[in-house]
Amino acid sequence: MTASLAPESTASRSAGTATHATRLIGIATIVMMAWTAAFGLLFSPADRDQEDAVRIMYVHVPTVWVAYLAFVVTALCSAFYLFRKKHGLGFDRVAGASAEVGVVFMALTLITGMMWGRLTWGVYWQWDARLTTTALLFVSYIGYLAVRGLGGTHHQRAKRSAIVGLLIVIEIPLVHWSVKLWRTLHQEASVMNPNGDVKIDGLMLFSLFIGVIAFTLLYLWLVMHRSRSMAMEDLLEDEGLDEALAARRAEAVAS
Amino acid sequence: MIAMEDAGFVIGSYVITFAVVGALAWRIVRRGRELAPRVDDADKYWT
Repeated sequence: MTASLAPESTASRSAGTATHATRLIGIATIVMMAWTAAFGLLFSPADRDQEDAVRIMYVHVPTVWVAYLAFVVTALCSAFYLFRKKHGLGFDRVAGASAEVGVVFMALTLITGMMWGRLTWGVYWQWDARLTTTALLFVSYIGYLAVRGLGGTHHQRAKRSAIVGLLIVIEIPLVHWSVKLWRTLHQEASVMNPNGDVKIDGLMLFSLFIGVIAFTLLYLWLVMHRSRSMAMEDLLEDEGLDEALAARRAEAVAS
Repeated sequence: MIAMEDAGFVIGSYVITFAVVGALAWRIVRRGRELAPRVDDADKYWT
């Protein structure tokens, strides 16, 4: 692949990775984030048992939702890359961008969960099944990003990271159902539980819904921008390699 | 109003969350702006 990168090129060059669609999503995200803060901190009522500590739920649950979503998208794109006849690097870039965003949201899940735990359990951390499997999931995806950073061609990177992405996604059901499989301190899911019943209602459910929408929009916006940056990084890397090879050939001819 | 004994943790969790996602968004946009002038629009599938 050869990009048009010559400094003297007069072709038009836009300023970044934004488009009309990302701007619209960005504005919607900011509005929804403001609503999340307003509903989470002001409008929603305190819980009967947990009192105001429950307000952490309106950021904690959306962050773990986005982390799960991001890792599932990474796995799906990995599968598309591996099993489609034409191994498109676009799938690999979305997989990588999604994993990067997912790792940040997983870290936020752990941090906000620790703060919630401090208020409700009296400790920041317990080696309980849910917390331990979540920490394992977080470390696994850091490993996935490390694998992406190893050397080689773009397709070598894509192939090995796709295999890792498909292997580690199976941890997600383990994390989600850990509260059912083992006796844990962590409460069962209030909304997405295996029985399908919703254990919160009214303004609390609405506040949670606003948070989930806000963070999902943010995820979409971040992945669109990051995958576009990755495409440019790949182009520039190819061009740098082409230049280095040309310089080496010129040296060989001269000597 | 949020009970005073919980306020630090509750507000802190929101501040940390919004600060981290804000920093991530800023970093990603800045990276795109650094790279975009070095690549022609013809090579950007989104333009």
